[in-house]
Amino acid sequence: MSYKTDFKAATGLGSAKDGTGHWISQRLTAMALIPLGLAFLYPFATSIGAGYSAVHQTYSHPFNALVAIGFINVLFRHLRLGLQVVIEDYVHGSHTRLATVITNALVWRAFAVAGVFAIAKIAFGA
Amino acid sequence: MVELTLPKNSRMTVGKTWPKPAGAKNTRAFKIYRYDPDSGANPRVDTYFVDMDTCGPMVLDALIKIKTDIDPTLTFRRSCREGICGSCAMNIDGINTLACIYGLDEVKGEVKIYPLPHMPVVKDLVPDLTHFYAQHASIMPWLETKTNRPAKEWRQSIEDRKKLDGLYECVMCASCSTSCPSYWWNSDRYLGPAALLHAYRWIIDSRDEATGERLDDLQDPFKLYRCHTIMNCTKTCPKGLNPAKAIAEIKKMMVERVV
Repeated sequence: MSYKTDFKAATGLGSAKDGTGHWISQRLTAMALIPLGLAFLYPFATSIGAGYSAVHQTYSHPFNALVAIGFINVLFRHLRLGLQVVIEDYVHGSHTRLATVITNALVWRAFAVAGVFAIAKIAFGA
Repeated sequence: MVELTLPKNSRMTVGKTWPKPAGAKNTRAFKIYRYDPDSGANPRVDTYFVDMDTCGPMVLDALIKIKTDIDPTLTFRRSCREGICGSCAMNIDGINTLACIYGLDEVKGEVKIYPLPHMPVVKDLVPDLTHFYAQHASIMPWLETKTNRPAKEWRQSIEDRKKLDGLYECVMCASCSTSCPSYWWNSDRYLGPAALLHAYRWIIDSRDEATGERLDDLQDPFKLYRCHTIMNCTKTCPKGLNPAKAIAEIKKMMVERVV
């Protein structure tokens, strides 16, 4: 039983005073992915099946390594921000939503760190 | 999680088919959603046949004729019959619109009429708009000022007044909000296109002095940013307004004040 007014239900916990940064970041990362994706694709595609020494040679070049690191970071950031919106849209129930949003925030950051480590290992490897 | 199936008590059943009017030569079938909370039965779709030779041109004319001549228990809201009160908003032939200004010639074949989607139904075609109205009230739909009240009136230039065109015409019929998937899934927290259009109407009013507070109140992942520019609101608005653009303008102002 509750005697909450309609107005109280509509205003809820009030404004989070947040969300604009997320919105801007999602759009900026989307735009950044176009040049980064294109610059990443060529050395990556030519490296597939080329053997370790060839891949090492490609990614020991600072431009290729930096583009790859930038691409991986921006890609996973964009993925994390986008998926968070999808979760907020479709996953209801405060506990489930919180758990899913936190998992989402951790998993893609872990992927990005692993990706950067992989590039660094190849670039600085023997 | 999002519900992909209707709750048990909302599942549709086949309703009654009412007899054709005696002596009518030009009849048209109307399939209308019926729900009576007092009966405890699931909603059903009744079929009515209307004599089009003695019926007006709009969907509302047919509904009133059914209520008068065939079934007085059919329940719906209506008032002005000219698209200015916003009472008769319903889902006609798959489109949220006002029954009074939607022509029967715009519908092919039988006319399917349902209440506005994803709202609690009070009875038949009457949705419960309590929360929708409370959300509208929450955006402070009035002029907020800090400066001492002028002796005569708050003045506004012709150019500034023009900025309110396309916004002040909203009649709060709820067609837009109830066509929005984001509003379906998260209407407990997302304000929806109608309330946001009204919010923008006061944000850009040159006389209003609470612009910052209004933007503060809206800056929220749910209140505002559930809008994903799906554009159903703009497509369905029976008054031809563009709530999606109003929301986009609010988002632009949010960026403007942080960058």
